[in-house]
Amino acid sequence: MDHPTPMIELKEVRKVFGSRGTEVVAVDSMSLRVEEGETVCLIGTSGSGKTTALKMVNRLVEPTSGRILVGGRDVCETDVIRLRRSMGYVIQKGGLFPHLKVARNVGLLCELEGWSRKDVRRRVEELLELVNLPPAEFAERFPHELSGGQQQRVGVARALALDPAIVLMDEPFGALDPITRTQLHKEFATLEEKVKKTILLVTHDLSEAFELADRVAVMDGGRLLQIGTEEELRQQPADEFVARFVGSHSPGGGHG
Amino acid sequence: MARRHGARLFLLFLLAAVAAAAQTPSDKIAVGSKNFTENTLLAEVMAQLIEGNTDLEVERKTSLGGTLVAFTALREGEVDLYPEYTGTGWSAVLKREDRATDSLTTYLHVADEYQKRFDVSWLRPFGFSNSYAVAVYEETAERLGLRRISDLAEHRDELRAGWSIEFTNREDGLLGLDKAYGLDIADTRSMEHTLAYEAIRRGRIDLTDAYTTDGKLLRFPVRILEDDRGFFPPYHAAPIVRSDTLERHPELEDLLNRLAGSLPDERMQRLNFEVEENGRPFADVARAFLVEEGVLAGDESEAAAEESPRGSRGFGAFLVERLPETAELIGEHLFLTCVAVALAILLAVPAGILLTRKEALTGPILGIAGMIQTIPSLALLAFMIPIPLLGLGVRSAIVALFLYALLPILRNTYTGIKEVDSDVVEASRGMGLYDRQILWRVQLPLAMPTIMAGIRTSTVISIGVATLAAFIGAGGLGEPIATGLYLNDTQLILAGAIPAALLAIAADFLLGRVEKALRPFEAP
Repeated sequence: MDHPTPMIELKEVRKVFGSRGTEVVAVDSMSLRVEEGETVCLIGTSGSGKTTALKMVNRLVEPTSGRILVGGRDVCETDVIRLRRSMGYVIQKGGLFPHLKVARNVGLLCELEGWSRKDVRRRVEELLELVNLPPAEFAERFPHELSGGQQQRVGVARALALDPAIVLMDEPFGALDPITRTQLHKEFATLEEKVKKTILLVTHDLSEAFELADRVAVMDGGRLLQIGTEEELRQQPADEFVARFVGSHSPGGGHG
Repeated sequence: MARRHGARLFLLFLLAAVAAAAQTPSDKIAVGSKNFTENTLLAEVMAQLIEGNTDLEVERKTSLGGTLVAFTALREGEVDLYPEYTGTGWSAVLKREDRATDSLTTYLHVADEYQKRFDVSWLRPFGFSNSYAVAVYEETAERLGLRRISDLAEHRDELRAGWSIEFTNREDGLLGLDKAYGLDIADTRSMEHTLAYEAIRRGRIDLTDAYTTDGKLLRFPVRILEDDRGFFPPYHAAPIVRSDTLERHPELEDLLNRLAGSLPDERMQRLNFEVEENGRPFADVARAFLVEEGVLAGDESEAAAEESPRGSRGFGAFLVERLPETAELIGEHLFLTCVAVALAILLAVPAGILLTRKEALTGPILGIAGMIQTIPSLALLAFMIPIPLLGLGVRSAIVALFLYALLPILRNTYTGIKEVDSDVVEASRGMGLYDRQILWRVQLPLAMPTIMAGIRTSTVISIGVATLAAFIGAGGLGEPIATGLYLNDTQLILAGAIPAALLAIAADFLLGRVEKALRPFEAP
């Protein structure tokens, strides 16, 4: 796929944590393009830099060097609040506000954007329908009154509140049991067709990555080793590591 | 320019405030006293003498918590005069380590030094010397044949001593006594003076320190031992007055000197007895004495027939009778507590929030707040007196309570916010909430129960500590407790202690409910 302006683009991005003497390179000379409407999964073992890479896109982490462009604009030159509100953010276990009911969790950003109460309510209902949580039943519940899968759906609904073009997801299904996860994978596919977002998703689960993503980016030690479709990664692994990483996946069997 | 102008205005305001605070209205005389019967009674005698013979308005600030508080109050001009003892001036204030022996030399030396160093005048002594003495339980004295203090040394292993706390720590008390007589009694403890008397009355201890003019000696089964080595310094009581007060009102000197020599030991002991054991009000006893002395126009009919309300009354009836007064004291108590806690909230909550953002400050700041809490309450109260604009009374008490209330609120605000699930905070940041929105919409609501628990702790502590506010004249439920302690009046102590305890329990309960109501959701 060739596109003049990718939705998300990382150019030679490097992130170093810690101070002099105790520096840890989390991400090193990473370049990546995510096209509009594409779903890209960042995959790697823990410590591979995948989450850091994701968080640099919405500036939860500032890059040490290199540039990150969203819709062609350098994120460091964009107002950070506007930047974040222009992209949804979903984390493991949802990160829901435990003191707010489902409806207010989902509608908070609309509320902060100054929408009328009526508009907020309508939007919340729409979103809850979208993630298969009937508003009549779920809108007035507190997060702790929901199952893990339901919480995660609320998290997704909340991320979509302002209808962002981009959604960043950090291990969104990591904390769920296998049955719920399979269920949500299916819903995710359906949802993706309905809403057509550009999605950057972090996971450590290869089967999940292959199931959800258009392209999978394999990371190790802060470096992006290879990006491609399942077929490309399997048939032309860029190096030994990718080969082993991809090969360790036994088709059909999920593992956590 | 505008800023400089503002700063100058502020400075002017500050100067004016300090000047206003420093200036006592000239037609008002504040008579102070320490918190025990004799001192308070002498203060009352002086107060009525001044009231009866001049046009001055007299303010009474009795029950000051000990020499430190009373003397500080005098130096700071919070009181104009109070009764002091030569021996106390010698050792506790002038810090003389050698023993004062001769009455006259001691008086002259102390008077001279006070004038030179503190600009305070010693007027003529009242007559008696309320010296320390060693009192022995009569039965023990009989059994062991104790007559003189030096007799004690050979029985050091079989005697049980219970000294008052102040006596234990004074060079002219136990410290020097041990050296002078080589006592070194094995079973030695220190306790509150009234409790020591109670203990010796019941024969639980054999020895305690006493004051020679103590009214209770007339009633207790004790024997006063002869100070055969002349250890105890003389304790002649006299009015001590700020020199600038005497300059403004020179007539006070002659007036107060009319009391010189009017109170020999036995008479003072008798008057103390009237208050402590017969339960007559200070004012009545003082008045009767002044009338008898011929320095106050008497109204014979009322002075004569004072009957003791104490002893015969039931506790229930006593409480009911005191109800209006108790209500007023509760009001004062709540005022002190509420203002102090409210101020503490205003400072400690924002400070606690700040600490979560400036981690480097957390250790030092929490450390300081924790250190304040370890300062003994009475000492903290006393520290406030010399501070401009605070002085003796309500403001000092509020500041001291405020300082105590800081730590629990500060610590709980800090931990409350720290304990908010970091995922939730990260999610809200990633969603695009401003820092202040994260604070107000996420962190504070979630930390609220913890913060409230801190406020609750502070309030309960403050209600407790506020009972000590009476010692620096700030009123509250500590008043009957303080008075009851030196009158050895259990009912009076309880009349303050019970409402204070109930108040603490009620506050704890109510704030517990608030805490629960603020919990944003029921934990699963």
